Amino acid sequence: MAVTTQVPDLVTPTWDYAPAPEARTLATIEASYDLFIGGDFVAPIDGRRFTTVDPSTGEPLAEVAEAGAADVDKAVRAARRAFIRWSKLPGAERGKYLFRIARLLQERSRELAVLESIDNGKPIRETRDVDLPLVAAHFFHHAGWADKLAWAGYGPDPQPLGVAGQIIPWNFPLLMLAWKIAPALACGNTVVLKPAETTPLTALAFADICRQAELPAGVVNIVTGAGETGRALVEHPGVDKVAFTGSTEVGRSIQRALAGTGKRLTLELGGKAANVIFDDAPVDQAIEGIVNGIFFNQGHVCCAGSRLLVQESVHDAVVARLKRRLRTLRLGDPLDKNTDIGAINSAEQLDRITALVDAGQAEGAVMWQPECRLPERGWWHAPTVFTGVAQSHRIAREEIFGPVVSVLTFRTPSEAVAKANNTPYGLSAGVWTEKGSRILWMAQRLRAGVVWANTFNRFDPASPFGGYKESGFGREGGRHGLAAYLRTGADA
Amino acid sequence: MSSSAVAPFVAPDAIGDLAAATASDSALRRFLHGLPGVDQVGAEARAAGLATRSIKKDAKRWALDMIVAMTDLTTLEGADTPGKVRAMSAKAVQPEPGDPTCPSVAAVCVYPDLVAVAKRAVAGSSVAVASVATAFPSGRASLEVKLADVASAVDAGADEVDMVIDRGAFLAGRYSVVLEEIRAVKQACGRAHLKVILETGELATLDNVRRASWLAMAGGADFIKTSTGKAAQSATPPVTLVMLEAVRDFAEATGTVVGVKVAGGIRTSKEAVRYLVLVHETAGVEWLRPDRFRFGASSLLNDVLMQRAFQRTGRYHSADRVTLD
Amino acid sequence: MAGRLDVRKTYKLYIGGAFPRSESGRSYAVADSRGRFLANASHASRKDARDAVVAARKAFDGWSGATAYNRGQVLYRVAELMEGRRDQFVEEVLAAEGGGRAKATAAVDAAIDRWVWYAGWTDKVAQVAGSANPVAGPYFNFSTPEPTGVVAALAPQSSSLLGLVSVVAPIVCVGNTVVVVTSADRPLPAVTLSEVLATSDVPGGVVNVLTGHAAELGPWLADHLDVNAIDLTGAAGDTDLAVDLEVRAAENTKRVLRSPAAEPDWTATPDGPRRILAICETKTVWHPMGV
Repeated sequence: MAVTTQVPDLVTPTWDYAPAPEARTLATIEASYDLFIGGDFVAPIDGRRFTTVDPSTGEPLAEVAEAGAADVDKAVRAARRAFIRWSKLPGAERGKYLFRIARLLQERSRELAVLESIDNGKPIRETRDVDLPLVAAHFFHHAGWADKLAWAGYGPDPQPLGVAGQIIPWNFPLLMLAWKIAPALACGNTVVLKPAETTPLTALAFADICRQAELPAGVVNIVTGAGETGRALVEHPGVDKVAFTGSTEVGRSIQRALAGTGKRLTLELGGKAANVIFDDAPVDQAIEGIVNGIFFNQGHVCCAGSRLLVQESVHDAVVARLKRRLRTLRLGDPLDKNTDIGAINSAEQLDRITALVDAGQAEGAVMWQPECRLPERGWWHAPTVFTGVAQSHRIAREEIFGPVVSVLTFRTPSEAVAKANNTPYGLSAGVWTEKGSRILWMAQRLRAGVVWANTFNRFDPASPFGGYKESGFGREGGRHGLAAYLRTGADA
Repeated sequence: MSSSAVAPFVAPDAIGDLAAATASDSALRRFLHGLPGVDQVGAEARAAGLATRSIKKDAKRWALDMIVAMTDLTTLEGADTPGKVRAMSAKAVQPEPGDPTCPSVAAVCVYPDLVAVAKRAVAGSSVAVASVATAFPSGRASLEVKLADVASAVDAGADEVDMVIDRGAFLAGRYSVVLEEIRAVKQACGRAHLKVILETGELATLDNVRRASWLAMAGGADFIKTSTGKAAQSATPPVTLVMLEAVRDFAEATGTVVGVKVAGGIRTSKEAVRYLVLVHETAGVEWLRPDRFRFGASSLLNDVLMQRAFQRTGRYHSADRVTLD
Repeated sequence: MAGRLDVRKTYKLYIGGAFPRSESGRSYAVADSRGRFLANASHASRKDARDAVVAARKAFDGWSGATAYNRGQVLYRVAELMEGRRDQFVEEVLAAEGGGRAKATAAVDAAIDRWVWYAGWTDKVAQVAGSANPVAGPYFNFSTPEPTGVVAALAPQSSSLLGLVSVVAPIVCVGNTVVVVTSADRPLPAVTLSEVLATSDVPGGVVNVLTGHAAELGPWLADHLDVNAIDLTGAAGDTDLAVDLEVRAAENTKRVLRSPAAEPDWTATPDGPRRILAICETKTVWHPMGV
């Protein structure tokens, strides 16, 4: 390998990181995928398929089965059959299956990270360092619960609910799968899970892991498809519990559909979180928290800190520092290990973001984006900061679900709380101040299920996650999350 | 200077007039304690995040050369002799015999009594001679003794002086004592550049690292330096991150550019490249030059040379093929 | 000579600590268990429900911000005051529900004891349902139950006092405020309870009592976007109403405590803090641990 080395120009340095792509070939992508029902991959009854694409290029990746009502019925029946034995299995044995799955996930984490980045468009840095470690941790944590449910605080003999119908979004495909499947299985339920139509591949890879773990057939069933598939699952009479993560709009339609059925329901929906920066904040970490809060995962995060509430006295300083920091963000190939901002997951989502960004400008907010060359193919959106935003602007009220932050100001702690709570959502909130008593005062008053103080967007399987108000109900993670999958006391 | 003007996050009156902020002990305390706090966990997370940057190919080759050019090749042992210093100096001038593309290091760093030897050994090259002084490494001596130490180094021709701050005074809250000592040393340095060693391992908190950085810069430091290499904890990425933020903010506030030197415990190219990434994404590319960032190291250089050879040949290298210094 | 003419009581609504008549001016005749006229009760309207929600929202910050110990004392005082009016409650429950004095007395005693039970829960529930979470990182992480906000409740139709207390007490003990629709046919003990609440230390607006019909008021409350949760216990046996309200509640993803198939036996000891937690949020707070 002959290489000419230049003595570095020491006077006017520039240092461009060379591309450092993770190998696409680490992930095997089949041309076509079937449904995973009763332990086997089976073709959809009516033969319908849809295409999943690589959002960073727009190129098709694979054909994926579209489950119709009859396929969903087959999956639910398989889950019902499997429930009989799975629910009777000693908890310790169920737990061992989950431990096996956790280990297999760890062993295959590099492959899964690459696959997730390809199908979702999110940077490999995040799939590798955030998603996959949390996925394995979630199974590991819940594996240990399986034989300890009697001590979870839900009575001496809590029982599983039966078949859980689970619908997950495209922003953290495998992680949301883990959040749904791990507690359901640990509690003795069986599941039929529908991944999002734009990101089905890691769920199908997970099906293969279930087979490698020799999980009994029918305990986990994966039905791919879009809204109609989800509807068939939600409305299936053989489903005892529905768990949904996604938009508030779909969430409320599910809640309506379940009225009177007695099916249990947990919803993890949208958000419009306030990230509150006080004048005594640890400012450099706060800037990182803002960036992590809204630009992590392209802002495709329900708990994203999309409303930046800055104390007026430091508004200019914070915005200037934020802009400086955003200039260092690297947008591009999701598989490049140095990419910070990947692709927007779909054309549809990009349209939604663009429409709200247009509305922000039309309503008079001031838009700023760092110099940033967007790739020509695929779907991309530059990191965007809106200043001069009023509480009444659409960009301050509606969930954008993209890399767009709206900056508002406040004068006093009370005003910060009032503005932070002035939303129908209540999923998360952030507080940045070096004053401990103020943090606890704020945390008590913020109407949000998760409050990150001097940090943001941290997740852990032992930590309950879920929203207030129209961000849904029920919690995922830890002891609290088990309640969603157990029949206890009076409803036993 | 960074291209964008960034309003300071500290009290404008304090930063607007550094002279006023340092005019009295109480003003100095108010100023230093008015600096924004550093959340340790957040700073560590940021440093760890930057450590995952993957530097490959041309970017790596550029980085390896830059690391060589930023190195203060150091020997600070009780057993140092003129022979040892001459050997090291020769290597400093020409780290890779037979490869003219390999830059010289920035400086050699020795004790004051060996400055003259080093000076002769690097004569005619671009390599500077740095000397530790001020009762290095503990700094536990009278100001007179410290100034005499500095004078002996400067008189022997040191281009750069690496002083240590009085950590005892700093931790006792006697900030003015520390400041006055830095000012006195700065004056004694004359034309020699002053690097102020904070010995961050003894300062215990990142808040203290930030305060000490500002204190040193207010006292006239040309560089702020992490460590002596003699304490239990030397340079770490989070400490360096906070110091880089300090020089960045100081430049924004005052227009004065101060460099950063990391020292102690950096032995591999991989670690050193991570420091370059920290510099690049914190203070900015403007600091990626030998007069603004330095590595104080001894064994690092050989690892970099082996990496350079690997980049050049595609073969992993043997320590037998790089020279001992 | 005939004895003196007794002074009859006017049964009114209880909203925001005051006793208004229905803004609609309507009332309806309430009969005892044998069908004899007892009194006219206010017939609450949708606007009364609206006003009650406003009052409940207004009271929420203060009540949820009070210390758990304070809420416990306040609820215990409700029991104390009920005890003082025990005979009156027995008479009213007996008149409303029939079934004999012993049964009515037992129901009143149980209702008083239920306040005591939930008064005791106020400062226990966070310890029982909260947690310090061992996350894999340098963070202190804790979860704690918090009130969800304004709760609408349909009180049981049969158990006029004990049932209503069993529904209302767990809602308010954790810091929620409530708008409760009484049993339609047996509203009078609830109104007397309102009088107890008004003279106790329960701040106005924390409990708001509407006499009237669940089928009329329920949809307005289930639709109301400033109501965070709805307790459908009182719709037991009325599947159509329960389903309709559950559908409406979805508009702002209200937490729904579904109606049981039949009204439960309220004399049974409550199943731990289950009813409290059914209308609670879990809040999780993260903070780094560093020096």
